[in-house]
Amino acid sequence: MFDLDRWQEIYHVLSKNVLRTLLTAFGVFWGMFMLVILMGSGNGLRTGVMGSFGNFATNSFFMWGQSTSIPYKGFQKGQQVVFTNDDTEVLKRQLTSAEVIAPKLQLGGYRSTNYVTRGKYSGSTFSVSGDVPEIMQISAKKIVLGRWINQSDLNEKRKVAVIGSRVRDVLFETDEDPIGEYINIQGIYFMVIGVHDLEFTSGHNESELESIITPLTTFQSAFNLQDRVGWYSIMAKSNTTAGAVEAEAREILTKRHNISPDDVRAIGGWNADNEFQKISGLFSAINILVWIVGIGTLLAGVIGVSNIMLIVVKERTKEIGIRKAIGATPYLIVSQIILEAIILTGIAGYLGMSAGVALLDVVNSAMGQSAGMFKNPSIDLTSALTFLSIIVFSGGLAGIIPATKAASVNPIIALRSE
Amino acid sequence: MIELKNINKYYSTGNHELHVLKDVNLQIGAGELVSIMGSSGSGKSTLLNILGILDAYDSGEYILDNTLIKNLSEQKAAKYRNEFIGFIFQSFHLLSYKNAMENVALPLYYRGVGRKERNKIALEYLEKVGLLDWAEHMPNQLSGGQQQRVSIARALISKPKLILADEPTGALDSETSGNVMELFREVNKLGITVIIVTHEQDIAAMTDRKITLRDGQIVESLVDV
Repeated sequence: MFDLDRWQEIYHVLSKNVLRTLLTAFGVFWGMFMLVILMGSGNGLRTGVMGSFGNFATNSFFMWGQSTSIPYKGFQKGQQVVFTNDDTEVLKRQLTSAEVIAPKLQLGGYRSTNYVTRGKYSGSTFSVSGDVPEIMQISAKKIVLGRWINQSDLNEKRKVAVIGSRVRDVLFETDEDPIGEYINIQGIYFMVIGVHDLEFTSGHNESELESIITPLTTFQSAFNLQDRVGWYSIMAKSNTTAGAVEAEAREILTKRHNISPDDVRAIGGWNADNEFQKISGLFSAINILVWIVGIGTLLAGVIGVSNIMLIVVKERTKEIGIRKAIGATPYLIVSQIILEAIILTGIAGYLGMSAGVALLDVVNSAMGQSAGMFKNPSIDLTSALTFLSIIVFSGGLAGIIPATKAASVNPIIALRSE
Repeated sequence: MIELKNINKYYSTGNHELHVLKDVNLQIGAGELVSIMGSSGSGKSTLLNILGILDAYDSGEYILDNTLIKNLSEQKAAKYRNEFIGFIFQSFHLLSYKNAMENVALPLYYRGVGRKERNKIALEYLEKVGLLDWAEHMPNQLSGGQQQRVSIARALISKPKLILADEPTGALDSETSGNVMELFREVNKLGITVIIVTHEQDIAAMTDRKITLRDGQIVESLVDV
């Protein structure tokens, strides 16, 4: 297989018409280049968008009370639905398909900000919430300093707080240790017990860095909210889906709050699973498109190779005839042509792939960490190996027709003197 | 050595068949120097192709060195061609990108002989045809006569039992033709059967036996004494 004569022959054939060889190779080069670029960009888009889910468990959902839209059991419509600790107890008893049930309450409601001070320092863009320790499992945070809230904090209603890293930056000097210091939230002092940061960096979750988390029980009594719960974050067990658990939770709460079973607007919800599925579907579609376009382009290149090889065989009819006459077996002739096609597509394809990967690298380092929706455009080793085998396979494929043609060369006709 | 029994060969062109060889019977012994003559269309090229295992025949028997050559696979035909037969063509048919030595060595390549070994043998054969000093020359740097001698060396290197030459002097001037024919006579003296297809009387006259074909039949088989 690897003797000098074969390589001499391949070199001779490919170098005989350099321009033609280069143009043919460019077809394959470009096909491979496009495939890598498209796939890398698709991956970049996916990484970027999926990154916004980064800190949030995808098999979970939120649920909050709104107002009823259908009169039911003698109640007028427009009744405010307010969740309480009793709901939490019932959910924890009845909603067995949930792994984590985390009630949450935020000062001023979802996405509102508060004025927080510490001596001469103050910030007004911070969100203050009452939480349970288990929320960590749904919305992951990294504790960079001190500790996270625990059950004892809740049981004893300790006035403690875990602050986001941005909160620390605003309320403390850089060399100051915030642990054990007090911050003033609407006239009530909380002791800082920890600092949290994002588990994954992503542009969309930066507001989390400005959050101050206190134990739910402390929060409820400190701000005179009694037993109210703002919303629930619920994570499904691994053997079920967030969608199924949400339906079950809705049923339980609908009964408890005298809501019509048909009233879907009384309880608001956002299901990460649904969103995740939608986006996953979108990316699967993009991925399929990338493959179709990429493979199509590559195929065009390969057909080009096949075409040129056919012409080469035609030009070499006489030579193939001589070889046959002096004892070349059909296997030798067929394998020679296929080897030539594989070499041509292999080299061109490999260069195309390398160029594509290099370009992705350049784009990647130029973008740095700044981009939001487009991140780390790259292809993994598996894809690269898949591409390589596609190149070799398509090279062989490109050689089959010309090789068959070469094998069928009739030495009598080929050698007939003109 | 060679035995043809009732060989028939048809070519179909369009919807009518052409009967190219009609019940050809021929015996050629080992070590003979034979010429096959005939005008174009007489079937002499077809006969040569059948003798060279380049073409199949429709009926009859062809026995080459006690081996029946019939319905061979491509693989087997290639093997027999390589082992039994050396070909020489009118337009030499050397590979343009290989030098004289490499061209001569080619049949040994197909036999799986290593590069060094076959090039060494090739030099020996180039010496025999008087072209040792031209071993590194490419075919386009050689004259017609030299190219033909290279192709004769190539035909000889596989130690064939039979040399088949198709108009070997057709592209050469008469002096070079004479030299080439002299070479054939020397080869023949080594005990190798040589069959030369030609339409030139004086070339045929230099062989020991003249076989004349007309309309697919052997009309004459003269032995010069």
